[in-house]
Amino acid sequence: MVGGGITIDRAASAASAAALEAVAANLPRDHKGLTRIALVGNPNSGKSSLFNQLTGLNQKVGNFPGVTVDRKTGVSQLTPQHRAEIIDLPGTYSLYPKSLDEKVITDLLYDKTSEQYPDFVVVTADASNLRRNLLLFTQLADLGLPAVLALNMMDVAEQHGVHIDVAQLQQELGVPVIPMNARKGIGVAALKIVMAQTLNLPTVSFYQPSEELLPMIRQIRYYFNLHNDYLALHYAHQFRHISFLSADDKAYIQELTEQYDFQPTPRQAQETIDRYARINDILLNTVSVTRTERNEPYSNRLDRVLTHKVWGYLIFFGVLFMLFQAVFAWASYPMELIDQGVTWINQLIQTNFHGPLINLLTEGVLAGLGGVLIFIPQIALLFAFIAVLEETGYMARVTFMMDRIMRKFGLNGKSVVPLISGVACAVPAIMSARTIENWKDRIITIFVTPLMSCSARIPVYTVLIALVVPDQKVLGFFNLQGIALMGLYLLGFFAAILSALALKILLRRKERSYFIMEFPVYRWPRWKNVGITIVEKVKTFVFQAGKVIVAISVILWVLASYGPGNALEQAETKARAVAAEQHLTPAETDNRIASEKLENSYAGLFGRTLEPAIRPLGFDWKVGIALITSFAAREVFVGTISTIYSVGQDADMRTVQQKLAAEKDDQGQPFFTPARAFSLLVFYVFAMQCMSTLAVVYRETKGWKWPMLQLLYMTGLAYVASLTIYQLMK
Amino acid sequence: MSIRSKSLKPAEQRRVSDLRLGESGTICCLKDPEMALKLLEMGCIPGTQVRLNSRAPLGCPITLVLGDDDYTLSLRVSEAATIFLKD
Repeated sequence: MVGGGITIDRAASAASAAALEAVAANLPRDHKGLTRIALVGNPNSGKSSLFNQLTGLNQKVGNFPGVTVDRKTGVSQLTPQHRAEIIDLPGTYSLYPKSLDEKVITDLLYDKTSEQYPDFVVVTADASNLRRNLLLFTQLADLGLPAVLALNMMDVAEQHGVHIDVAQLQQELGVPVIPMNARKGIGVAALKIVMAQTLNLPTVSFYQPSEELLPMIRQIRYYFNLHNDYLALHYAHQFRHISFLSADDKAYIQELTEQYDFQPTPRQAQETIDRYARINDILLNTVSVTRTERNEPYSNRLDRVLTHKVWGYLIFFGVLFMLFQAVFAWASYPMELIDQGVTWINQLIQTNFHGPLINLLTEGVLAGLGGVLIFIPQIALLFAFIAVLEETGYMARVTFMMDRIMRKFGLNGKSVVPLISGVACAVPAIMSARTIENWKDRIITIFVTPLMSCSARIPVYTVLIALVVPDQKVLGFFNLQGIALMGLYLLGFFAAILSALALKILLRRKERSYFIMEFPVYRWPRWKNVGITIVEKVKTFVFQAGKVIVAISVILWVLASYGPGNALEQAETKARAVAAEQHLTPAETDNRIASEKLENSYAGLFGRTLEPAIRPLGFDWKVGIALITSFAAREVFVGTISTIYSVGQDADMRTVQQKLAAEKDDQGQPFFTPARAFSLLVFYVFAMQCMSTLAVVYRETKGWKWPMLQLLYMTGLAYVASLTIYQLMK
Repeated sequence: MSIRSKSLKPAEQRRVSDLRLGESGTICCLKDPEMALKLLEMGCIPGTQVRLNSRAPLGCPITLVLGDDDYTLSLRVSEAATIFLKD
């Protein structure tokens, strides 16, 4: 990404890497000076470890055009003079893509004329499982791409008694083979030296398309001016999914495949079988296995406990408990610090400067920014946990244990993590749904996760429950308020599960859901990978979702601070007059003014406009304003209500409660009857009132379709549920 | 060594899903052409030995150990039912 002349310290900090990116953005794209290398390999072959070893923190996450796949690139200093751009492609088992993620690979490797086309590929292979890993390698070599084979996990292979004659393998494969252990960084230096060379085209061919296909293949090849037959065969297989082909091109290939009666499925199956036969021959000459006494692998022994029908679930719940502790309890300290820090900066600015722009900065931008930053500890901790669970291989076991249960509801074993994390915060939870490969399962998971009651709802729940549910014990020891709180959580959980079931029936998309996956052995987590994951997730959240959150906060601030014409000035004059009449203290006067101003602002206007719509739910315009401002974050409800009922900013909840209890309706009766309070509670359980969540769903699904559907569905559900509750109870 | 169509084989042929815990068998053929593509890529080649390694607590999914690679694959019972065994 960066032109020549700038060298990067390998241990460059995240900050300086970001600064470099900024420089890079201003420089013209200089492909010639920068070798472009694609990193390809099977999942679990140590590809991410190698990518992290090669690029360190000097990584950048972008998007592949048009698809929901992250495009991870990084710059690697191969030699003091030679820098290369490394692109980390999604892990795959073959060049015949099964998922949207994998299609990115073929789109990149099929189009030699593309600016993104790599100069060569580095193929990572798990040496302890070479047979399956070589399948992808032979396909890549046959595409005519210069390649290096990074023979990873040599240590594991040796433990298994697998001895690989690297020199012989190199000769058989016709490309450089570098034995390595990417987790420990062994062999990385040698790999870099090879990567800095000019690589030749592969000399060995591993598979010849059948003779009878040649007439068709050659026509495709010459029509598209392709450099080899195997690539042309891939066009015949996958033309429907190649994004850069025009409709005419696709029609041309379709015609040819029909003319020659090309049967893709059996052909592809036969190719895989033929390739395995060839790979077996190669392995016969290069690999010798000395099986010492077959000790039962430690992984199996661990599994007997960790996936046990009793212990397995117990341990899983123990892990969950830890995760909750981390995200709720441990994260609260740094969150408080961030909160105090933002408040401190805010006060510093407010005491030293004045004016509408300063108000915009402090109450709009900084308040929004604080709303973004406050989530960082939760996101970092949650992803630290998830990264460790994934690195060790435990996540595969959780998926394995939960798949059967989750499948009944249109979910997937892998949906467990996002649903659980949703109780802390939907934002990181939705980000963690990325591990679900199946599109439909992933969309359903993302869609229902915000229905799980997140921590931001807690302040609303506690204030309203304390207002209408008596603080007494039933059956001796069950606290009634506690039961009400649990009921709200369960309500959210069942709504999520049942919505998933409904979506499963509604979404009739023909995408086969596979559970065929490698069951990895247990490994110690690699802390560097965990660290990089945390940095990457936090960066993604701050820069992608953060932009939207800050923008909406500013809009909300403007709506709450300005009104039509001179309505606000009139409101202030009126409030001052009333205050003078009633001999209020200066603090009370300020509250009175703030309340009066909010009522006459655009937000107040919206509240009043909204009133007819929410009246059937039992709400008035004041609650309407709180519903609108809650969109910034649900916990804003308490602050807004306290502003509207002119309770001071620093009021604690008791006073908010007292104020709510003192609020009277038109007939002079208490406004917050149990019917109104429960209606409001149920509204908060279901309604999509979180722009951070919408922003992250937009980012994760790469479009407004799903966040908008979610907004409509959840708000609709909330409306109907509140309406029912209020009309039944009033 | 190829995928045979359903009609050629008798229905009572054993499948991977019929294996008992710890029992081994040799893959004969894959009956679901589309699923076969994925299974083949994952190393379920006709002629390969498979051993039923474990079952999830609720009976599904299961894990298989393939060949002498010491490599474990997990899949659902319905997916395992498309893999037929040699007699």
